[in-house]
Amino acid sequence: MALTGVEIFKLLPKTNCKKCGFPTCLAFAMKLAQRQASLDLCPDVSEEAKQKLGEASAPPVRPITFGVGNKAIKMGEETVLFRHDKKFVNPCAFALEIKDSLSDDEIITRVEEILNSEIERVGQKLRVDAIALINDSNDAARLEAAAKLIVAKAHEMPLIICASSPQAAEASLRLYADKKPIICGANSENAELMADIAKTYNAILGITATASGGLDEISNITEKVKALGVTDMVIDPGARKAKEILEQNTLIRRAAIKKNFKPLGYPIITFAQREDGLKEALIAAIGIAKYSSIIVLSSIEKWKNLALFTLRQNIYTDPQVPMQVEQKIYKLGEPTSESPLLITTNFSLTYFIVSGEIENSKVPGYLAVMDCEGLSVLTAWAAGKFTASKIAQFIKESGVENEIKHRELIIPGYVAILSGAIEDKLEGWKITVGPREANGIPAFLKSRAA
Amino acid sequence: MAFTPPKETYTGKVYTLEIGVPPDTVRFGGENVLPLHGFEGIVPSRPVIAYEIQDIPPDDWPDTVKKPFKDVSDDPVSWAKFCRDALKARAIALRLIGTHPDRENRSPEDAAKTVRDILSAIDVPLIILGSNHTEKDASVLIAAAEAAKDKNCIIGKAQEANYKTVAAAAMANNHKLIAMSELDINLSKQLNILITQMGFDKERIITDPMCSALGYGIEYTYSVMERIRLAALLQNDATMQQPMLGDIGMYVWKAKETQARPEDVPPWGSLEERGIAWEAVTAIALIIAGAELLVMRHPKAIEAVEKVVDELI
Repeated sequence: MALTGVEIFKLLPKTNCKKCGFPTCLAFAMKLAQRQASLDLCPDVSEEAKQKLGEASAPPVRPITFGVGNKAIKMGEETVLFRHDKKFVNPCAFALEIKDSLSDDEIITRVEEILNSEIERVGQKLRVDAIALINDSNDAARLEAAAKLIVAKAHEMPLIICASSPQAAEASLRLYADKKPIICGANSENAELMADIAKTYNAILGITATASGGLDEISNITEKVKALGVTDMVIDPGARKAKEILEQNTLIRRAAIKKNFKPLGYPIITFAQREDGLKEALIAAIGIAKYSSIIVLSSIEKWKNLALFTLRQNIYTDPQVPMQVEQKIYKLGEPTSESPLLITTNFSLTYFIVSGEIENSKVPGYLAVMDCEGLSVLTAWAAGKFTASKIAQFIKESGVENEIKHRELIIPGYVAILSGAIEDKLEGWKITVGPREANGIPAFLKSRAA
Repeated sequence: MAFTPPKETYTGKVYTLEIGVPPDTVRFGGENVLPLHGFEGIVPSRPVIAYEIQDIPPDDWPDTVKKPFKDVSDDPVSWAKFCRDALKARAIALRLIGTHPDRENRSPEDAAKTVRDILSAIDVPLIILGSNHTEKDASVLIAAAEAAKDKNCIIGKAQEANYKTVAAAAMANNHKLIAMSELDINLSKQLNILITQMGFDKERIITDPMCSALGYGIEYTYSVMERIRLAALLQNDATMQQPMLGDIGMYVWKAKETQARPEDVPPWGSLEERGIAWEAVTAIALIIAGAELLVMRHPKAIEAVEKVVDELI
């Protein structure tokens, strides 16, 4: 269990020297408890306290970097069970399964598919992050040959090698010695050998339980492996059915966060492969919502990627920072110089709803989205961020005057009160008050167009 | 190190709701654990997915989701029958969108007739939804609730602006009621309290915290649902223990991702599969967050979600 503020306070010098930047040691202790400050800020803390606090402040889910270079994936570091409490830290990675029983050509095609999977959405670049090479052939030489093909084609792509035979694993792992791969398949029978190999090749070790062993067995193996000197592990609790994935992932995350149970304080890998692509997407969706750090897929159709990337992006947004869209003039449909111009704020939900309704109206138009620090219209107005002078300035600087011939700006009905003031500040413009709610926009625009 | 599964102790429980007339009833809610956490308590019912139909042809639905209903959607009765008989719908959600003043502005009497026609043609648990025009809904839902008297339907949606009328109509005709507020746990709680203060039984309410689609604010709905459920179970808050609705179809099939042609956005892939996935993924995420009643459109999305729910129960 993480220490409370008061417990931390007892370990501090209690001098209230303010060198840490906080007014008192108690205030600093409270910030430490909330993980909003780092112990390094205190110059006078004792070694003993450092050690105790260090253990207690270590993240309940171990931070691990999988892969190296540009495409390295950060995992772990999670501190909460529910995203409304605090942002989920490291978005789960998607890995495409490649069986070594495929032909060379098939393997190369799949690698290319991954390399081409990048999509941009709301300013973020999203992609399939890793490859899971499965030793389906049970043949060490074939596994190594497949790994060679992959490293030649995509040497930066993080790789998971799934093999239960340490000998088979070793040959292919040698190719990835400096690339921090994951070697998945340590169980209670081969743990020592696997730990040895993981240490030699600086790999992350994937721990798997036998059918009946469950989390108890996993905990025993992680402890054993840790004692052998391997610190970076991921856990495959063996869950494959949706119900088991939800149960095991929840218990693992809960044990780590609420009980600070170290043997399960590692990222989780979920094998979601299904024959039916849509069903696979839904199993993956459960993993995204409920604590998987890596999700292995059997196929990465574009439609599926888009849906899964989007869900991951949504679940991993910071609940305390409103999502924002870029300040600019958005074109909806194919507007001409006569098309209407509407204005709203840059809270992403506001933008999505307003732009969606303008599109629904089938009347092409311009939507001026003004940076109000991600606040909605009424809140931004109340906070003095959506004011007549700021709106006037934004419109003038936006360059929209070069795109449209008319000089009419439609403002949200909720800020009707601003219309006179904007007209004063925006010379030559006519301000029209639009509907209060976005769902009134289609009727409003259609009736004007008619 | 020995591992003891950290089971949660819950003090509250979600109310069980049953709709329809025997033998054609469905039941949802009733769990005393977080969504589908059967490993530490009781999950007596699976989520119910209702097929959405409407009183006028679905001209504004994208082609992908119009197509499966193209032979029946001109007439709400054949549409409902098709869902019940061919698609094995467990429930049907009739949206009276044609009553909206900006659509066909159909009268409350028209709406009542549609409801009567459907209920006399088939036996099916029915959810009757207005057009989300709070003023018009008040009069439409009175007429619709009367037309469905004693059929144990769900009437919705009661919102802050019209809850008195809508709740009274549901109460007078023995229906259940959807209470909708906009993505705020406190507003949701407040509306439940206001409605129960009218004498409406709290165990006959379904909470709609307002839906949003994947990519369009689903995280807000997701987190409001999780917070409502935590309040219900861990704090035993009796004003938050209603089952929750995910009114998914109408939000999903408005999203750009369910409409844009692949030739316009090549990286998005096949339009049909994309639309179906968009609806199914939205549904699964909200089921995980706590939705027990879902209103959806595409048969393939519903089928896939049902299959995964089979696995989750």
